[in-house]
Amino acid sequence: MAGVTPSSGGGGGGMFSAGSNAAFKKQLNKVYTWYTGGFFVFIIVLAIAEQMGLSREYIGFIFLFATVLLYAGIGFMSRTSDASEYYVAGRRVPAMYNGMATGADWMSAASFIGMAGTLYLTGYGGLAFIMGWTGGYCLVALFLAPYLRKFGQFTIPDFLGARYEGNLPRILGVAAAILCSFTYVVAQIYGVGLITARLSGLAFEIGVFVGLAGILVCSFLGGMRAVTWTQVAQYIILIVAYLIPVVWLSVKQTNIPVPQAIYGYQLQKVTEAEKKIMADPKEQEVIALFKARAVEFDAKLKDVPAAMAADKAAAEAKLAELRGANAAAVDLQAAEKALAGLPSNEADAKKAWTAAKSANEARAKPLAGMVPHAQQYAGDPNGDEKAQATYDTSRRNFLALVFCLMIGTAALPHILMRYYTTPSVKQARESVTWSLFFIFLLYFTAPALAVLVKYEVFTVLVGTPFDQLPAWIANWTRVDPTLLSVVDINKDGILQLGEMKIGGDIIVLATPEIGGLPYVISGMVAAGGLAAALSTADGLLLTIANALSHDVYYKMIDPNASTARRVTISKMLLLVVALAAAYVAAQKPADILFLVSAAFSFAAAAFFPSLVLGVFWKRANKWGASLGIASGLGITFYYMVTTQPWLRGVFGVTSPIELWWGILPISAGLFGVPLGFAVIIIVSLLTPPPSPDTQRLVEHVRYPDLNLGKA
Amino acid sequence: MQLTERHHQYWRKNLRLTAVLLAIWFVVTYVVSYFARELDFTFFGWPFSFWVASQGALVVYCVIIWYYARTMNRLDQEHGVAEKEE
Repeated sequence: MAGVTPSSGGGGGGMFSAGSNAAFKKQLNKVYTWYTGGFFVFIIVLAIAEQMGLSREYIGFIFLFATVLLYAGIGFMSRTSDASEYYVAGRRVPAMYNGMATGADWMSAASFIGMAGTLYLTGYGGLAFIMGWTGGYCLVALFLAPYLRKFGQFTIPDFLGARYEGNLPRILGVAAAILCSFTYVVAQIYGVGLITARLSGLAFEIGVFVGLAGILVCSFLGGMRAVTWTQVAQYIILIVAYLIPVVWLSVKQTNIPVPQAIYGYQLQKVTEAEKKIMADPKEQEVIALFKARAVEFDAKLKDVPAAMAADKAAAEAKLAELRGANAAAVDLQAAEKALAGLPSNEADAKKAWTAAKSANEARAKPLAGMVPHAQQYAGDPNGDEKAQATYDTSRRNFLALVFCLMIGTAALPHILMRYYTTPSVKQARESVTWSLFFIFLLYFTAPALAVLVKYEVFTVLVGTPFDQLPAWIANWTRVDPTLLSVVDINKDGILQLGEMKIGGDIIVLATPEIGGLPYVISGMVAAGGLAAALSTADGLLLTIANALSHDVYYKMIDPNASTARRVTISKMLLLVVALAAAYVAAQKPADILFLVSAAFSFAAAAFFPSLVLGVFWKRANKWGASLGIASGLGITFYYMVTTQPWLRGVFGVTSPIELWWGILPISAGLFGVPLGFAVIIIVSLLTPPPSPDTQRLVEHVRYPDLNLGKA
Repeated sequence: MQLTERHHQYWRKNLRLTAVLLAIWFVVTYVVSYFARELDFTFFGWPFSFWVASQGALVVYCVIIWYYARTMNRLDQEHGVAEKEE
């Protein structure tokens, strides 16, 4: 895979003639075609090596180091200290390549690994993510990308600072950009650590830093320029890695290699299987057993000290009995361990039993707690009052989540920043089309993957005798029992759906094994996940470092700083931010997935109203925007802190949870966005209009080329 | 520094196009989802609203963005506000 030199030719920024742009594009086509070919050759060579006996461990290592080295290599070749190259890749990234880079920038570990799993577990409900994370690009295209490109500066707070005349809106923008990007980047680095650990068998913390090295070499040396060309390379790897296993599974199940076109029929079969499983007396037996266990823990919780004493007595009696009977050492050890493992005080016992009770209750449900895959919303509009209320709340939350994800997508600074890098407004518009197209390829496949895996589990796996289960189940149970575990609860020797506990993150990673593909494909999928996480982390780190160096240092502290100095400061900050993020990620913060979704609500509330009104309403002014950003963010934050269990713990909130219209904390942006718009409009109308210069700036961004002399 | 009538016309056309496309976006996303349970008829195997949320809406989004880019790039030319580069 050598010879990847996407950054050819001149290093400086400035204008490029049409001829040089076309030649540059041609060169890129050539390089990336060779690159893609090289990637396939690499896979084939590894596959042959596997057949000849290369061990799984080595395959994992080779994938890890080959890809990280490749990204670092591209970063090294694209190194630069020119400001225009460093911040906006010289503004000459052709529309299609910017689209690919945006695709990789956009699709994070959550999209690549998590989404199909969410769809598997929640069925129709999970489609909120599919629609939300694609429909947001309509808003990017219609309201933001072309205008930001015309504005043509370096960061998103830059726009706020120039349009709203001052440092107050700028600094609010910086704070909001850091708030959403930092939570997001921690989640990416966490993902990098997990995948690296799984690929190579290294410890999680070491995995975090190996991945980080790859990210840093790239963005540190070459800024946006290096990140752009690496992201294009990463997009190619991640999309190939995502599609191959799904196509294979589709051929295996239906003989048709276009899973997206035919999985509707598989969905029908899944729905039939669901009915059969729900009616199966053996499944009901399993459910009854879980219910009994939950009741047992409930009884214990009613009188904790007595239950603790009884547990201790029982464990001691068992141990004494085994000792008396001269039992085998293994049994004795197990009994001793059971005794030692009993909770030592009442608080611990209460906590452990409450958790056990709810875990058993969760599993004592039909279809192992999953809703029927094709069913839209919980509850029933024609049922009793309670079913109707459930239905209404479920539907309202689905729509609210779609809204927040869409607006959030259109407001995330690391995505918007990418549209500064195209050569023209025209290409910025086209580039959004390409972005969504490349994202579409994955998002349109994920629901198919979820259904195909579900078909495999519901119709092939369920009902299999325990001693004949396929090998992948044992493999994954060994890797991480929280991701997959099967236990014969009702001791009939046959797997019921209720006896299988599956975590969403396993679906994509295990698909190659479920489809019976060689291990090299599993390695490739993991490398794809790594590419997704690394590319997003790159973009986010750059956003944070640029906001600090460009907006805070250059625009507010030292406006006379030389370009070289600005770039150096940016690189230093990048290092600091990356290490801070890695440090936080290595602590394995509890509710990482919640933090990611929270970033969308924050971005939506902070940026969307001020950016859109900045372009479409000349009258919007400094005070309106500043207060709008602050109040939008404020209410979103307030709602999350008072309703989300983990944040309540962090901030020590003890008042009872009060949901507004039953909206879940994940969609807090639903309140922040309208409030942001309202505050900007009201406050702007109450305060003086912006200066004529600013109004001219608005006109300037509205027209791709406002040549007043000529027109 | 005065915008001509041609400029205003360009901006009005842009706003109209934006509004129409946004309306389509809204219908496909929210109206179809709101009536998801009712729009349950079978469509090539899928329940219709499931298909829209997983594929149909995505295709419409792509078309919206593509159409906007194409129309606006032409509008730039017609109203003399296109960039000279390229």
